[in-house]
Amino acid sequence: MPEAQLAVREVHGWYGESHVLHGMSFEVAAGEVVTLLGRNGAGKTSTMRAIMGMLPQRTGSIAFEGRELIGLSSNRIARAGIAYCPEERGIFASLNVRENLMLPPVVKPGGFGIEQIYALFPNLRERSTSQGAQLSGGEQQMLAIARILRTGAKLLLLDEPTEGLAPVIVQHIGEAIRTLRRQGFTILLVEQNFRFAATVADRHYVVEYGRVIDMIPNSALPTYREKLQSYLGV
Amino acid sequence: MFELIGVSPQALFGQLLLGLINGAFYALLSLGLAVIFGMMNVINFTHGAQYMMGAFCAWMLLNYAGVPYWGALVLAPIVVGSTGVLIERLFISRLYHLDHLYGLLLTFGLALVIEGVFRSQYGISGLPYGNPLPGGTNLGFMFLPWYRGWVVVVSLAVCLATWFLIEKTRLGSYLRAATERPDLVQAFGINVPRMITLTYGFGVGLAALAGVLAAPIYAIKPDIGANLIIVVFAVVVIGGMGSIMGSILTGFGLGILEGLTKVFYPEASNTVIFVVMAIVLMLRPQGLFGTPR
Repeated sequence: MPEAQLAVREVHGWYGESHVLHGMSFEVAAGEVVTLLGRNGAGKTSTMRAIMGMLPQRTGSIAFEGRELIGLSSNRIARAGIAYCPEERGIFASLNVRENLMLPPVVKPGGFGIEQIYALFPNLRERSTSQGAQLSGGEQQMLAIARILRTGAKLLLLDEPTEGLAPVIVQHIGEAIRTLRRQGFTILLVEQNFRFAATVADRHYVVEYGRVIDMIPNSALPTYREKLQSYLGV
Repeated sequence: MFELIGVSPQALFGQLLLGLINGAFYALLSLGLAVIFGMMNVINFTHGAQYMMGAFCAWMLLNYAGVPYWGALVLAPIVVGSTGVLIERLFISRLYHLDHLYGLLLTFGLALVIEGVFRSQYGISGLPYGNPLPGGTNLGFMFLPWYRGWVVVVSLAVCLATWFLIEKTRLGSYLRAATERPDLVQAFGINVPRMITLTYGFGVGLAALAGVLAAPIYAIKPDIGANLIIVVFAVVVIGGMGSIMGSILTGFGLGILEGLTKVFYPEASNTVIFVVMAIVLMLRPQGLFGTPR
């Protein structure tokens, strides 16, 4: 494996009294698409929030392109070149689609132009003057991914981008993720739907009780199917 | 026509102009409150004291440093706004995770302290401040003093510029987004705590600007803010807490309504705004331009 772009080492995280990450460790190489698979409450979203500096308390080491992030505030982490698409999508209801799209500041050169974004998600062009609150779930998800492509961030954290969406939209998102991979983005994906994860990812980390308990290369997924089913309890 | 309704045009237009001027102050002050409340969820009871500080700052700049009115118009909002930045960093920023009530108590207490300090330093009789734009013009139906016209123009321009800044610019979209999800806006790379501090400083600066505008019209006294702020809070409630355009329109509208009441039923002129507030609260609790939260 090439040198890791993101290296998470022995990260512990807390929400107040509640200890949610218990020595989370994994790596993502540049250009890889890696998923965190696991049950509800296993600590996948908390891991994303820990990387972004949005967890109230965290210890351990999170290195991005060799730079330690653990003590930085989330605005500094974003400026280092990491962009986050939250599970609840976080579309701003009082802003229109275009304002939502233009909101995240450009942190590095080389981000997508607006035309490239519209080519990837054509619906957003037609909806550009709609208020964020009026979008369908699928459109909100596309907007939430689209707006972090402008920023020039090299590492994208996508938290359950397919949750609650119709199959045709899930396919569209899958295609978008494969396109982004070809363009050289590194993507860390949280998923519960491993059938979807298998169509986009290079490797999978299985998360349970706030730590990684197994790593599965995508090519080995068929042989792991039974084990994975027991991990995920499906 | 004027004979029909039993008032002279001079009285009517005179009161309308007075109402418009009061409205200009209501609008500037309620705008600052709306910006602060809308972006920070803090009800800034220090606002009246900061308006008063603006007027005193203009007086001090003139008497201690020889800075004339036009310099004070720019400098006083910056100076008083900086004290706002200090107050936000030192005190208010520690209260965001607590109930609204704590911010209200803190800012109310600060207002009492600030007014007390000015009262002990400068007394309550009021300080004079010369009119930088003496004279006026006869419009035919009424006499318009230059300075009063200037107050209305400045207030309108500043109100509309603020509205544009918040509703139409990128900085404004950061502010509006941060009222919904400050954590996420920060995770996009924006220093939200600093933006909130500057927002408070800006709102305070608006109050101070109103204070400088008021200095040549009213005697500068430590309690000018405390008297005005009660009416301004009524304006904010009527317009809808946090609504930018709402506070501008209701500010001017209620000033004019107050002026008209002085002509037609002077006995009610001090209470008309509160009557309107009661009616609005009954029919539309979120205010005329507010959205229910």
